[in-house]
Amino acid sequence: MSAVPPAREELRLLGSRIPYIEGPLKVTGRAEYTDDIKRPGMLVGRLLRSPWPHARLRSIDTSAARAMPGVYAVLTGEKYPTPFGVLPITHDETAIAVDKARYIGDIIAAVAARDELTAERALAAIRVDAEVLPEYTDPRVGLSPVAEPIHRRGLAGTNIQKEVLQHFGDVDAAFAKAAVQVRVRGNFAGVTHAFTEPMATIADATPDGRLTVWSATQVPHYLHRSLSEVLGLPMHRIRVIKPEVGGGFGGKSDPLPHEIVCAALAIETGHPVKILFDREDVFLTNHGRHPTQNDVRIAADADGRLLAYDIEALIDGGAWSSFGTVTTYYNGVLSMGPYRVPNFRYRGRRVYTNRPPSGAMRAHGGTNIRYSIEVALDELAEKLNVDPFELRHLNALPPNSKTVNEFRITSTSFRKCLTVAREKSGFAEKWRKLPYGEGVGLGCGFYISGSNSPIHFTPKMPQSTVHLKVDMDGGIAVHSMQADIGQGSNTLLAAIVAEVLGVDLDRVHVQRVDTDVSPVDLGSYSSRVTFMMGNAARRAAEQLKEKLLHAASVLTGYPPDHLVVAHERLHVRHRDDIGVSFLEALHKAMETSGALTATGAYNSPPMGGSFKGARAGTAPAYSFAAYVAQVKVDADTGEFRATKVWAAFDCGRVLNRLAVEGQIEGSIHMGLGQLMGESMNYRGARLLNPALLEYKIPMPFQMPEVECLLVGDDDPEGPFGAKEAGEGPLIATLPAVANALYDAVGVRFYDLPITPDKVVKGIDDRQHEGRPWKGA
Amino acid sequence: MSSKLLRLEVNGHPVEISCPPERILLDLLREELNLTGTKRGCDLGTCGCCTVLLDGRPTLSCLTLAHLAEGHPITTIEGVSPPQGLNPVQQAFVEHGATQCGFCTPGFIVTGTALLREHPHPTRDEVERAVSGNLCRCTGYTKIIEAILAASEAP
Repeated sequence: MSAVPPAREELRLLGSRIPYIEGPLKVTGRAEYTDDIKRPGMLVGRLLRSPWPHARLRSIDTSAARAMPGVYAVLTGEKYPTPFGVLPITHDETAIAVDKARYIGDIIAAVAARDELTAERALAAIRVDAEVLPEYTDPRVGLSPVAEPIHRRGLAGTNIQKEVLQHFGDVDAAFAKAAVQVRVRGNFAGVTHAFTEPMATIADATPDGRLTVWSATQVPHYLHRSLSEVLGLPMHRIRVIKPEVGGGFGGKSDPLPHEIVCAALAIETGHPVKILFDREDVFLTNHGRHPTQNDVRIAADADGRLLAYDIEALIDGGAWSSFGTVTTYYNGVLSMGPYRVPNFRYRGRRVYTNRPPSGAMRAHGGTNIRYSIEVALDELAEKLNVDPFELRHLNALPPNSKTVNEFRITSTSFRKCLTVAREKSGFAEKWRKLPYGEGVGLGCGFYISGSNSPIHFTPKMPQSTVHLKVDMDGGIAVHSMQADIGQGSNTLLAAIVAEVLGVDLDRVHVQRVDTDVSPVDLGSYSSRVTFMMGNAARRAAEQLKEKLLHAASVLTGYPPDHLVVAHERLHVRHRDDIGVSFLEALHKAMETSGALTATGAYNSPPMGGSFKGARAGTAPAYSFAAYVAQVKVDADTGEFRATKVWAAFDCGRVLNRLAVEGQIEGSIHMGLGQLMGESMNYRGARLLNPALLEYKIPMPFQMPEVECLLVGDDDPEGPFGAKEAGEGPLIATLPAVANALYDAVGVRFYDLPITPDKVVKGIDDRQHEGRPWKGA
Repeated sequence: MSSKLLRLEVNGHPVEISCPPERILLDLLREELNLTGTKRGCDLGTCGCCTVLLDGRPTLSCLTLAHLAEGHPITTIEGVSPPQGLNPVQQAFVEHGATQCGFCTPGFIVTGTALLREHPHPTRDEVERAVSGNLCRCTGYTKIIEAILAASEAP
């Protein structure tokens, strides 16, 4: 076995429950979100959305709208036709539709006017001559050539946006010698982020030739790039500011067309312009989790050792690419943990349809495939008549290993997660032993802790940079383009700096993201912030510490390496009576340089194989999870609730316990929503429920009790040993509850969401077939 | 439609303002009175982000005509916050991590504060019921319920 791990660094602040530093502003309504900002002379921007699922725009007559008093500008697509999109390889969006409208909700014109009412009247006065085209809403149809492909870039006259084929080892041979096989065909409705703050953007093009954009975005840097590309302005003349963001979960991570339209309207009118979304706008913009069908076959030997996965996924992309190429890879490759699988074949296809675009949503690409696998493993355990925990223990990837597709696994405490979840939940006493209608189930999870591959790799630059500045007042200003969207990254940033420098948290002032002064960090997506920003912040703070130690050395006469940082003090090691205060050291250090500054940066090390698509899913670390859910089902009505979830999670070392718990509890809420009822419902191309009344997220009484079991060992490369906790905690929720439902009523569910009618039908079918409600 | 003079009491202060009859209270608060602590989440009465107190009772300001508030004192998030520091519900929200993105938070604070004024020691069920008109997508409500219960036990 490996050597004894090094002793954990002792930490003063990190690891405790650190309340969010902006909490007092948020609980008093003083935190400033985009819609709270007003600019002098500000106009209202409004968007005309396509009523057609698929139509050629022959002509758009805006003359009547332009002639209306109070209308400052009317824009159509041809003025800014440069295509853009979050991934540089799939730029297939335009700010405003240029030749075709591709879904009900696609933007086909925009207006800036003095007030809302005038803007609405102007929109109503725009006449669009459109030729209605065939609509495609079934991704299966789009697999073959179609009369009118939605995009020209679709493969060979089809609507296929991306196809991924991967094969490692020899899957057919593995299946031929397998003692046992299982197959699960999953079907997943599309779900959406449902953050509470609707998107909002303000833009102001000022006479000094500069453009300032305030926007509710998770990734200020990508927005900055896209504005530059589409508007034809150099980046240095554009300033992007991120106010507080009222939730994102992936839905505010693409640069979105309305953000560019807002800027264009500001340029056209010379006035500040605000575009504020209503809830229907938010639903039509979507970028939520893809509707997906997957087909998972698993082969194992007689002992339960996994031999092979053979996976297919058909993914409904909606009208644009968005993150779709990544989605297509992830739906296969994120199956490669937390178990060792020696043979793997995957075919994934993402198909354009005339529906609102899907994109990245919390635990992007890892949720639906994990559901099917974990349900299949539950079936496999039953077939082999082994405990589902044993099956997973047997197959767990060890630390410092490599998957067959060359993912580098460094730290994993997955086995510990299994052990603790089993013990704490009393699984052995409950599984197959609870009365009819009650059950327990196990589901596991695996997710990236930051994508090794940045979306933009030109120019080559770090994935995260943090700047620090401390002047004579002793306050430490922290700048970084990392985007706090509620997950607590500002607090972590401040706490890391305070930890390294030994100062009180209230000395550290995290500055609002402003591209004029914040150094580039790639923002909040792919669960990258703690790992990447955390490392960058630590490095910056260590540099500042060196300067302070040097100054303290001059003042005390002891060499710097004999000095240590303590609370608000620097003193001789083991002699806390010989030392100086933080401010004394600071002021000494400033004598030669003025205010102290420091920069820290992080880039993930090279990794991954050399085959096509090898970088997809590579990450500097991975999170692991083992959840046990307990459920109670009303077999007559089909209603059920999860009463408790034991959430054993490996996020490495916990840096802010309060925040990690919050991420786990919130993730379980979101996972339960997808499992129990959330669904984007369509009639053809029309979204039927673009409102929070009809798209129901779980209510307080539907939340289970959650016991967070944080068992991670330190990660060797994470900041102070930490890994992600933002997305991975969602994944295990769904299969844990589904497997508990099987334990409760003897029915498997492959079709999400599991609504009460499906539960009743499942129970009826089981009874008609004469199957017992519990396996044994 | 012609505006008429509206006399309101907002956070203990009299307000006189010219207002068209169709004006929604949420718009009046945010756009005219610059009380932006009250949030606009759905405009349809489903999310609870715009909750204010009317006569001390939680009310959805996005579904309330401004004129109907005449004669009924209005308290917004700004009105439940003391001039310095935080009220016990606010304090508990901060300590318990009950606010993440913070957008739903003013609605929860207003609702929670009103609940504790009327029922200083609610049960868990009563807290869950009281906040069931407020949606939160970040926290899973766990820490929100905890915080309101903790505030109810504060001395």
